[in-house]
Amino acid sequence: MIPRLGASIRQRVVGFGAFWVFSFKTVGWIIRGSFRRENWRLLLPQLYEVGYRSLPVVLITGAFVGMVIAVQAIEQFRAVGLESRMGAVVNLSVVRELGPVLTGIMLAGRIGGALTAELGTMNVTEQIDALRSMGVDPIRYLVAPRVLACFLLAPFLTLYADLTGSLGGWFVSVVQSGVDSGPYWDYTQQAVDTFDLLSGVFKAFFFGGALGLISCYRGFYCRPGAEGVGKACTVAFVSSFLAILVLDFLLAVLLQEFSVRVWGFKSLL
Amino acid sequence: MVGVNTNNSNNQSIIELRDVSKRFDALQVLDRVCFKLERSRTTVVIGESGTGKSVLLKHIVVLLRPDEGTVYFHGNRIDNLSERKLVEHRKRFGVLFQMGALFDSMTVAQNIAFPLVEHTQSSAAEIAETVAQKLRMVGLDGLQDRRPGELSGGQKKRVALARAIALNPEVVLYDEPTTGLDPVRADVINELILKMARELQVTSVVVTHDMTSAFKVADRIIMLHQGNIIADGTPDWFKTSTDHRVRRFVDGKADPSDLQALQPQSNNSSD
Repeated sequence: MIPRLGASIRQRVVGFGAFWVFSFKTVGWIIRGSFRRENWRLLLPQLYEVGYRSLPVVLITGAFVGMVIAVQAIEQFRAVGLESRMGAVVNLSVVRELGPVLTGIMLAGRIGGALTAELGTMNVTEQIDALRSMGVDPIRYLVAPRVLACFLLAPFLTLYADLTGSLGGWFVSVVQSGVDSGPYWDYTQQAVDTFDLLSGVFKAFFFGGALGLISCYRGFYCRPGAEGVGKACTVAFVSSFLAILVLDFLLAVLLQEFSVRVWGFKSLL
Repeated sequence: MVGVNTNNSNNQSIIELRDVSKRFDALQVLDRVCFKLERSRTTVVIGESGTGKSVLLKHIVVLLRPDEGTVYFHGNRIDNLSERKLVEHRKRFGVLFQMGALFDSMTVAQNIAFPLVEHTQSSAAEIAETVAQKLRMVGLDGLQDRRPGELSGGQKKRVALARAIALNPEVVLYDEPTTGLDPVRADVINELILKMARELQVTSVVVTHDMTSAFKVADRIIMLHQGNIIADGTPDWFKTSTDHRVRRFVDGKADPSDLQALQPQSNNSSD
């Protein structure tokens, strides 16, 4: 049992190291490739796929998140007579946490799964070997534009999710539950700073980059056969999901510390 | 190793593998394999499935790197070069993969144009002309706008061959070129391999277990068995060899040991 455990640990350490090598190569190609015009044509279809094609699900996700928070909170706030402060709670939750995190998770499912399946299929049908045999680095040609598209567009999609989340919360609070619109937005304005909005966007860069790298890595090195590709998709989604949650925690601690040091403690109540 | 020495001192060695070994986990796929390939000749590598033929082919163009041993191209060691430094060498190779490995997202023309776009400064018109010329060579001119999904198995391999020769390589590597094709389509591919060797003077390495194909295209045949070269000779030598392992493979006859698994289990019960 101990040798098997040792082999398993060794395999994981080697795999983790391989992931970082893959990531550094990708970042290297993103930096070098951005100065070469021919690489831009590789980026455009990925921007379309990651950004434009993901927009509907991100908008819907954001709207429902905002509505659900409002539905859960409204009765409690009304019981203590603070329903006019609903806007502060809903919008702060959406822009700081739920907008970026759920956008990241939605992208991990929609784009991450597609990236892993696409690169995995290219791997098992020897298309990646074909690229290498023709003297083309598959990380430059396939991985760098996909990861860059995820990195660049996750923040924009987060802003869209923030927008519909905010509107969803307003709809449930103001239209359905009869909270006054004026105080609702006044308290929102007091509670939500530009820093809160930007901290969510800042986190989204990391979520986008992480899910892009993880999904491409899993597809790039998947095992042969349909089963190999299927497993790689599952592992890619679970790994991306966990990476987003861990990154969210670490960035939340970091940003909170930064915020308190620069602007001091801000009470919401 | 059995066989006859097919090395011709007049022919310069273009590729050399020295003591190449490769292992995947516990499986030793190649075990100290050595050979030289001469310019403008067609060498066929035969052997049972799983004996390391495709792995050997991938070592020639360093798609796989040996655990031990070295690979030389024109006398220069290439197995230790970085991916970036390998680009210049790889442009001199064309590889036909087993399933074609055409890019699904591109048309036939874009597939063939791919290496030209990546490695030459040719204009769009020049590239279109080269694509048409390569397609004519494989007898498929006019299919430029088709997608790989709309092609038959034989057509895919011919398009893949057109792509492999797009940069006029010195060496063309064929991985199971006739596998999965009917005998007529397989013969078309064999004729194409002969045509490439004849018209472009390319050095060819063909990995196959199709003996009809091997005898038709080979100047020299190498037989792999459990990661070792066990026979190396001319097609005529292979036809007349009395070596048991060679005969068994060339004639395609299973041994009693191969059929053992098909025998009914012995019944030990008393009735």
